[in-house]
Amino acid sequence: MPDADLIIVGAGPAGMAAAATAAAGGGRVLLLDEQPRAGGQIYRNVGAGGDARPWLGKDYAAGRPLVAALQAPGITAEFGATVWRIEAGPRVVWSRDGESHVCAARHVLLAGGAQERPVPFPGWTLPGVMPAGAPQILMKTSGLLPRDAVLAGSGPLLYLIAAQMIDAGAAPQALVETQGPAMMLRATRHLPRALMAAGTLAKGLGLIRKIKAAGVARHTGAAGFRAEVAGDGDIAFSFTAGGRAHRLVTPLLLTHQGVVPSTHVSRAAGAAHEWNEAQQAFQPKRDAWGATDVPGIHVAGDGAGIGGAEAAQAAGRLAACDILHRLGRLDEASRDRKAAPDRAALRRAMAIRPFLDAAYAPLPEFLAPEGDTIVCRCEEITAADIRASVDEGANGPRQVKTATRAGMGPCQGRMCDLTVRGILAACGTRPATPRARTPIKPVKLGELAALASHQET
Amino acid sequence: MARGTSDITVIGGGVVGLATALGLLRAGRRVTVLDGSDSDFRASQGNFGLVWLQGKGAGFAPYAAWTRDAVAAWPGFAATLGDLTGLDLALDQSGGFEFFTDPAEFQDFAAALERQQAHLGNRFTHEVIDGDDLRRSHPQIGPDVVGATFCPLDGHVNPLRLLRALRAAVRSLGGHIRADAGVRGIAAASGGGFDLTLHTGETLGAARVVLCAGLGGADLAAELGFATRVRPQRGELLITEKLGERLPFLSSTIRQVDEGGVQIGGTKAEVGPDDRETLDVMAGLARHAVKVLPALADVRVVRAWGALRVMTPDGYPVYARSPRHPGACLVTCHSGITLAPLHASVLADWIENTETAPDLEAFDENRFALSDAA
Amino acid sequence: MKIASRFLTRPDAVRTVMVSLDGEPVAARAGDSVAAALLAHSGDASRQSGKGAPRTAFCMMGICFDCLVEVDGQPNCQGCMITVRDGMVLRRQRGLRKLDGSANA
Repeated sequence: MPDADLIIVGAGPAGMAAAATAAAGGGRVLLLDEQPRAGGQIYRNVGAGGDARPWLGKDYAAGRPLVAALQAPGITAEFGATVWRIEAGPRVVWSRDGESHVCAARHVLLAGGAQERPVPFPGWTLPGVMPAGAPQILMKTSGLLPRDAVLAGSGPLLYLIAAQMIDAGAAPQALVETQGPAMMLRATRHLPRALMAAGTLAKGLGLIRKIKAAGVARHTGAAGFRAEVAGDGDIAFSFTAGGRAHRLVTPLLLTHQGVVPSTHVSRAAGAAHEWNEAQQAFQPKRDAWGATDVPGIHVAGDGAGIGGAEAAQAAGRLAACDILHRLGRLDEASRDRKAAPDRAALRRAMAIRPFLDAAYAPLPEFLAPEGDTIVCRCEEITAADIRASVDEGANGPRQVKTATRAGMGPCQGRMCDLTVRGILAACGTRPATPRARTPIKPVKLGELAALASHQET
Repeated sequence: MARGTSDITVIGGGVVGLATALGLLRAGRRVTVLDGSDSDFRASQGNFGLVWLQGKGAGFAPYAAWTRDAVAAWPGFAATLGDLTGLDLALDQSGGFEFFTDPAEFQDFAAALERQQAHLGNRFTHEVIDGDDLRRSHPQIGPDVVGATFCPLDGHVNPLRLLRALRAAVRSLGGHIRADAGVRGIAAASGGGFDLTLHTGETLGAARVVLCAGLGGADLAAELGFATRVRPQRGELLITEKLGERLPFLSSTIRQVDEGGVQIGGTKAEVGPDDRETLDVMAGLARHAVKVLPALADVRVVRAWGALRVMTPDGYPVYARSPRHPGACLVTCHSGITLAPLHASVLADWIENTETAPDLEAFDENRFALSDAA
Repeated sequence: MKIASRFLTRPDAVRTVMVSLDGEPVAARAGDSVAAALLAHSGDASRQSGKGAPRTAFCMMGICFDCLVEVDGQPNCQGCMITVRDGMVLRRQRGLRKLDGSANA
């Protein structure tokens, strides 16, 4: 007997919504998440009691009912649970407190969410440079606020974080935006469709108004990022904008070039992936319900393609409906009827993506860096090293990895595989999706060895 | 490429093909290497990097001698590649262990080494050490190890750097390596030589060919009239986080790569063309490692993978000339790392059929035909 | 040179947990991750890379492995994934870990 009808990996908006729908439909759900609480990154720590952080905003508070709904009977939620392998069956292998467990299910839903796109430039490994999402996580989970920070890059999340910092009394000293008028112009052809999501657009404009009202210095069309150590451990951040060179000194440089699907789990599970040119990211191939080409495995949420929290919830419920159908708990007509509102919600939420993807596209200098810029943070492999391996004949991600060691460190390529792909593409190849292997996160030999004796007894 | 710009076309850009190409280049030939695609099964990118003699050819004297020659040639070969490319292959030939936790396996292997000793005489030496003696010299070894064998001639190399060095060396000597040029078809051309069809549909001419395409060469071998059929045999491996100190030993199943990680491997599975890693084997490898060196229990595995060995029917190398097509040779083996120095030197003489060519008759594929007849 | 924290501490964030960092007592807020506690304490590097470059916590969500730190004698722990506990012994890592667990070559 399987341990659950459905194992959901990831308790963000997609995973939480799917859990509630599946449980309400009579499914036994096991929900696994590596963090100590439900919420994912977007609603990280939202369930923490006595919340006195109004600056995180109404959209953040919207995560509360999703977390509350996990109390439903039929849902078992395990936190601090690091999934490190998905295998045929399907079975999910996960670790907590130094012990690994193998759980079987009729279905698995991967809802691992997004990660920030790596933003490599000279100096991005220095203490004092972080992705912009990192201090946002600290604002949600700790008592820390960024001090006199510079926000640099582009994307809706950058505006949101700037506004949250302003409301928390920790306004950034400057907002350095990489998008310029040309990018915006290209994006305008997507505006009519984006108006379907007028509410989201209005929210974005509101954030920009708030940033302007707070008097935060703004630069647009910025490029040529470089970070160096200044006095007292500060970061000297140089860039060009408006035809001039600029230099800002800050304790904390926060960069952002959008978010990308976190595909390590789905790739290691063997699901076919495809390249999303508009979002410049890999994503699992899936049908309209989130089913992948691996039997028993669905994907939903940002991990299946970036759409944001509302789209993720809708996609999570759609996947849950399809899984209930496959479990024999929902006939086809009922599934389709039940799914209709979520399908409409998903369409509405996704309407703004083409506009956002075009308006806040990542700069080529971050997609395919050159010279001494470190690409693989773990193994300290530079863009020049990657390019040299391509010159030596490597024509795909696997040959670059074995020639340079890029992607062989503990992060297993999470911080470099998109950049390696970008360099390969810039060098004229059509790179395939890099393969991911288990364990998806490091596991001790002793823990692995103990698993063997478990299985045999 | 038009026929005639290269004397010899080597099909296969792994360690075997590149080493063979390097030998031909050093013999003064013009060589083109046709390499496959990034997603091909590539034993050269997934192997364990042993330069190993212990146990090799216990049941086949010519293989024992050939391997012994290769091990002896390794220091000079590594130095040559270093001179040509500036790359340090991290060759370490300070001896290696086989560890045993099963007394019967220990006895069987010790007996096999006696047979190998008989083949090689004073060109081989080994020790058989019982568990307690082993723990006196290596107190870190776990109590479940019943014994070990040790051969002071065994060693290892960084196999990925070897691959990179071979590529660079071939190019530095004027060899042409063509990427993403997997060969899907081969036929004798009417005017002599061969017509090759690439996976893209493109056709190429070749005056002479050496087939070194590993698992990718099975169909081509048949088209050229060779009897050898290679099969995949999966090995699974683990690699750990890096250690800031050297492991106290090298073994055929546990070795520390020069960058610091500990690699654990040595499994065999006949599962066809499937190079996925499996949970049971990963756990078994971990258990073996922890039995041999209990301190490893605390070290994290960062990655597991499967790779496919290129196995001939009897496991020994095949060096064969096409019975039907003069100018076509087949070179295939699963010990491509250990044998690389010979492939990069005297094998060229055999391919060229010079007076100084080594006698490789024992490795002809006619041995399969004979055993089939028997 | 001691580098000041790159973060402000919210007035309502009370530090009630005591940990030790390289032998020095450091106060941390209950519920914070080890990485957050280190960022609150100092803007300096929390480890050196294999090539000796200074690094500290980066992604804060468990994917980059730049926050690796020795926790209660265990090297290479992801500081952003571990909650601080009273009496926790933390050490910054210099160099690669050893078999005996030390990482301060």
